[in-house]
Amino acid sequence: MIPPAFDYVRPASVDEAVRTLADAGEDAKVLAGGQSLLPLLRLRLAFPELVVDVGRIPELRGIREDAGTLVIGAMTSHHDVIRDPLVRRHAGLLAAATATVADPAVRHRGTLGGSLAHADPAGDLPAVVLALDATLIAVGPDGQRAIPAREFFVDYLQTALRPDELLVRVEIPSTEGWGFHYEKFQRVAQAWAVVGVAALVRRDDGHLAESRIGLTNMGSTPLRATSTEAALTGADAEPGAVARAAEAAAEGTHPSSDPSGSPEYRAHLARVLTRRAVLAALE
Amino acid sequence: MTRISVKVDGTAYEDEVEPRLLLVHYLRDHLGLTGTPIGCDTSNCGACTVDLDGETVKSCSVLAVQADGSEVTTIQGLAHDGEWHALQKAFHERHALQCGYCTPGMIMAARDLLRENPAPGPQEVREALEGNLCRCTGYQNIVRAVLAASGQEVSS
Repeated sequence: MIPPAFDYVRPASVDEAVRTLADAGEDAKVLAGGQSLLPLLRLRLAFPELVVDVGRIPELRGIREDAGTLVIGAMTSHHDVIRDPLVRRHAGLLAAATATVADPAVRHRGTLGGSLAHADPAGDLPAVVLALDATLIAVGPDGQRAIPAREFFVDYLQTALRPDELLVRVEIPSTEGWGFHYEKFQRVAQAWAVVGVAALVRRDDGHLAESRIGLTNMGSTPLRATSTEAALTGADAEPGAVARAAEAAAEGTHPSSDPSGSPEYRAHLARVLTRRAVLAALE
Repeated sequence: MTRISVKVDGTAYEDEVEPRLLLVHYLRDHLGLTGTPIGCDTSNCGACTVDLDGETVKSCSVLAVQADGSEVTTIQGLAHDGEWHALQKAFHERHALQCGYCTPGMIMAARDLLRENPAPGPQEVREALEGNLCRCTGYQNIVRAVLAASGQEVSS
């Protein structure tokens, strides 16, 4: 279908974008890479008065390292994230999970910040930044604000961002040396995850010193499998111990029911995929 | 209306367009470049894949205003002096199409792959084409055609 009519502006800087958003109020929508927003507009599920295209603001693009923290501009494309040596070194989980997002053409346009601000619980990257303990930096009329990933995702398609705030970058503490794996269950290639599990593990000889498990599509926001994380702490790095800990992966989750699966089926998937993801991360 | 300037298949255009105009509609309805088809309404099928500043995009998922100042290459820009692109020849010779509707997108996506990986394996070809759906061929001849276009020996 043809999208509904809207006005369009393309600010040249973050300051200009924030001023535009503040003036426009709730009827404005930020356009990043457009790979979620344009399908929504085409299906007439969104009716913004004004589309604010931040896709060409140079300061929002790029990847750097700052004292053990990986800093990724919000408008950095999935394509660039996957190939960046700094991302591979400090946040291999993000590179691996991003490589499973949609398809190559979508990954050329889609951005890390856009995916996070869209906050689709079936999207892969929210659970990944949650597992990575990332901090999301927003800029509004009153300046800059740091939002921990665990506070950023509020509800289905809703984040802690205010209407006049723009997500400008994502800061990720280095997980260099950690094992990682993103295990995704989908009906067909390029489909949304029925359930996904992002696993990060730090080994200490034969034991698991620390683990972080992010769950995709197990509720209205991405979640951490905290019971499994606790059970894995100090556990032997062997399949039996991992399998026992993974049995708790769905505790405290509230997965939705849709044609791809019932809540019970999703809970089953969470347990199985968590076991697989942690074992793969340990290899 | 918003003014855009865009180069498509080597020709420069200046136009006034509605912001809601999709790039694929601009190509087809404004420029008459109907070699780029629309196959779905969900961004899934990849039939409308074109090249935007050196990277493939699904032109149903880009606004024409987002292409302002950019260079677009469509399937109609691949042949030179009446000579087909290697991928066009390989698709023809290997019978990599039946109805042909997905073919422009398949060739644009395959071209993107071969730029980055000039000698891909069959699995890499399949992964590179995961965003392009074909409902006729079962993909076998498409994969063979892409491998052949990359200069690799392919068993029939």
